[in-house]
Amino acid sequence: MAAELRPPLILDPESEGDSAEGEDIFTGSTSPSEMDSTKISGNSSKTNGIHSDDEQDIFAEATVELSLDSPENGNQTKPSTAGLTVTVPPGSAIQSQTKIYQELEEEEVEDEEDQFDVNVTVTEPEKVGDGMAAYMAYKVSTLTSLSIFKRKDFSVKRRFSDFLGLYDRLSEKHSHNGFIVPPPPEKSLIGMTKVKVGKEDSSSAEFLERRRAALERYLQRIIKHPTLLQDPDVREFLEKDELPRAVNTQALSGASLLRMVNKAADAVSKMTIKMNESDIWFEEKFQEIENEDQQIRKLHAVVETLVNHRKELAMNTAIFAKSAAMLGSSEDHTALSRALSQLAEVEEKIEQLYHEQANNDFFLFAELLSDYIRLISAVRGVFDQRMKAWQRWQDAQTTLQKKRENEARLIWANKPDRLQQAKDEISEWEPKVLQCERDFERISLTIRKEVARFEKEQIKDFKSRIIVYLETLQNSQQQLIKYWEAFLPEAKAIA
Amino acid sequence: PGASLAAAAMMQEGLDDGPDFLSEEDRGPRPVIVDLQTDAILQVDISDALSERDKVKFTVHTKSTLPNFKQDEFSVVRQHEEFVWLHDAFVENEDYAGYVIPPAPPKPDFDASRDKLQKLGEGEGSMTKEEFTKMKQELEAEYLAIFKKTVAMHEVFLCRVAAHPVLRNDLNFHIFLEYNQDLSIRGKNKKEKLEDFFKNMVKTADEVLVGGVKDVDDFFEHEKTFLLEYNNRIKDAAVKADKLTKSHKNVADDNSRISSTLHTLGTQDSTDLCKFFLKVSELFEKTRKIEARVSADEDLKLSDLLRYYLRESQAGKDLLYRRARSLVDYENANKLLDRSRAKNKDVLQAETNQQLCCQKFEKLSESAKQELIDFKTRRVAAFRKNLVELAELELKHSKGHLQLLQSCLVALKGDN
Repeated sequence: MAAELRPPLILDPESEGDSAEGEDIFTGSTSPSEMDSTKISGNSSKTNGIHSDDEQDIFAEATVELSLDSPENGNQTKPSTAGLTVTVPPGSAIQSQTKIYQELEEEEVEDEEDQFDVNVTVTEPEKVGDGMAAYMAYKVSTLTSLSIFKRKDFSVKRRFSDFLGLYDRLSEKHSHNGFIVPPPPEKSLIGMTKVKVGKEDSSSAEFLERRRAALERYLQRIIKHPTLLQDPDVREFLEKDELPRAVNTQALSGASLLRMVNKAADAVSKMTIKMNESDIWFEEKFQEIENEDQQIRKLHAVVETLVNHRKELAMNTAIFAKSAAMLGSSEDHTALSRALSQLAEVEEKIEQLYHEQANNDFFLFAELLSDYIRLISAVRGVFDQRMKAWQRWQDAQTTLQKKRENEARLIWANKPDRLQQAKDEISEWEPKVLQCERDFERISLTIRKEVARFEKEQIKDFKSRIIVYLETLQNSQQQLIKYWEAFLPEAKAIA
Repeated sequence: PGASLAAAAMMQEGLDDGPDFLSEEDRGPRPVIVDLQTDAILQVDISDALSERDKVKFTVHTKSTLPNFKQDEFSVVRQHEEFVWLHDAFVENEDYAGYVIPPAPPKPDFDASRDKLQKLGEGEGSMTKEEFTKMKQELEAEYLAIFKKTVAMHEVFLCRVAAHPVLRNDLNFHIFLEYNQDLSIRGKNKKEKLEDFFKNMVKTADEVLVGGVKDVDDFFEHEKTFLLEYNNRIKDAAVKADKLTKSHKNVADDNSRISSTLHTLGTQDSTDLCKFFLKVSELFEKTRKIEARVSADEDLKLSDLLRYYLRESQAGKDLLYRRARSLVDYENANKLLDRSRAKNKDVLQAETNQQLCCQKFEKLSESAKQELIDFKTRRVAAFRKNLVELAELELKHSKGHLQLLQSCLVALKGDN
């Protein structure tokens, strides 16, 4: 198991100078055989443009650190990390970026083929307190072999606002770098009020189950994300016994998030025209995502209708069953009377089936779609962040240009006393422009990776959930067959 | 939109095995009805039907060896109102007071279907071509199903009449079958409709009065109690069965919309996810077909059965009412006779009257008893047939659905 390799496979923030920039990409276990350190180092040594600005090879300044299964004596690789860190030198050409994406994507694939060594569940919603101050506490249990955690098997109690608080912090830190932070489930005033008030009916039980399952999926998505798993806030959330109460979680409720993203989307569509050709990928991808968003929402609405109709069907089946039973009891032919009663019984059993099926329609299908409606909003959000980064770069360039013009004017007007200040300002802004450009390229790179990862996760997610859903439909049909097969001889027995 | 039965049959071949309707009328060779007394054959069916704007024209086809008819085989065209006229003629005929009069077929009702088709036409611009074509096909199938059903109901009525030993010889029936020109049944005018309304009210009031009297005869007392309760409960069951069928149809329709949306998602690109969507879309479309079939079969085997026997049990109730009325008349005649004898005035007249009432009552009772026993036999047989067929069809559909899901799951899992 890759997990048992020594030294620890996870990037240790101290040993990585670049961690602050959030460029750590690979975490999680890797088997060394899949990462050929010598090959990569070989690449960088072949090209000599370590300090060259127009060097096409992006790996020129790359550093790779891996750990091996059986460390041989005198192996050159530095221990302590298995992560691949890539520093993109300034001014790298866009063309070679595609090469990076491909290689990164390949490595990403290799990563995910390994076992995932942390698992999180959310269970046991428990009411704490009374009246309107009451809240639900959920047990968050973690099972892990990763050494970033203090223990292997532990749980904590968290409330809904804690989950929202986690999202706020992660989003603040990572969204503007282009990372797709999975959004939490939405607040529900009505749902929670019912629970607080102590209404113990099926609708509040359903609400709690829905929320519990959604919170679990939310956490699972976070820990699957290699960068987010590294975030200390995530570790603290999973491990720390008591968290400070998260306030102001109103800021990112589903509705306001949506409003923000919609405004952003409009901005994006206005700006993309100004972008240059090499960003066709972003333009096309954004459009794809917009289209997908529309269709997923539509699909979600129809599936919700199906849920309701299925519930109605269950209800009408039960009502008919009672009516058939009444008819049977007033039928004066004995055998027919019995058959009608049995028909009533069959229909009652079928009602149960339909009710369960409606739950499956909801929890397996509708909820999957509503997760993705939120996730797609997050994806659109990072595109907006990229736009903002681009805008900052443009603004910086404009400012620099103005400063240069100012300098030129001063030179022509021969005002040497102000000239120094102008020169200072220029040397202040030149690196800023460079930094903005780097930021922009970095966020673009991250987004490409994130989108690839998102798409991969999406198909896995959809496939596994829909397969489970179809299996429940399959079970339903098998049950139906049993019921009707039992009834048929009764009907034939009418003499 | 118009449709004819021949065209309907052709369209049907394009669809899966069509639903069959009430037990008495499978398409195909008619059960030949032989009158054992006269050794004559009488076979009636509806060989064709044409649906026009606001009416349906049924081609009533007769094969008979009865001497009354000019030919051995002939056809006429009849409309719904003429069937109703025939039914009413039976009801109003005192000689038939002792029979369970076969209930009139319900009026063909294409309004709902027509409205939907119209709405579809109006909304054509707001949906994709595929969606529009799909919906149009669904609605056309629905229209067709309603059409076939109404043909079946009208045919059942005629077959019931032809099967009845006395009614089959009714003159009006023969005219209905043979007279190849318009019977000129004009619809009832306002005055007549009002008269009908009051007649019904009086009848209902009477029923209550008469129904309250306990019958000396055990058989009839039981039948009265039974039919009253049965009629109410079967009415309720028919309504509930309708709601159930409608719910199934809604679920089927949702499957169709899910399929369409998944299809749109699947055609946006050719990624793995899109291929997945297309496969699942196909599954939902096939599911829709199965669920629609389930709904249609439940409608046929359950709803239609219940509705038909609701009408028959009502006819049975009417028979009981007529008998009770006749009994009241008989009792009144007795009282009149007693009074006459006491006053020694008009005794002969009173005696004759009393005898007539007595005969009428006894004849009615005798035939009513037999009719009600036959009704029970028919009812039990029809329920048995339909419940068996219902169970068999439900099994067939569930097995088909299961197989569909299994093969889809194999395909989806295999892609991994």
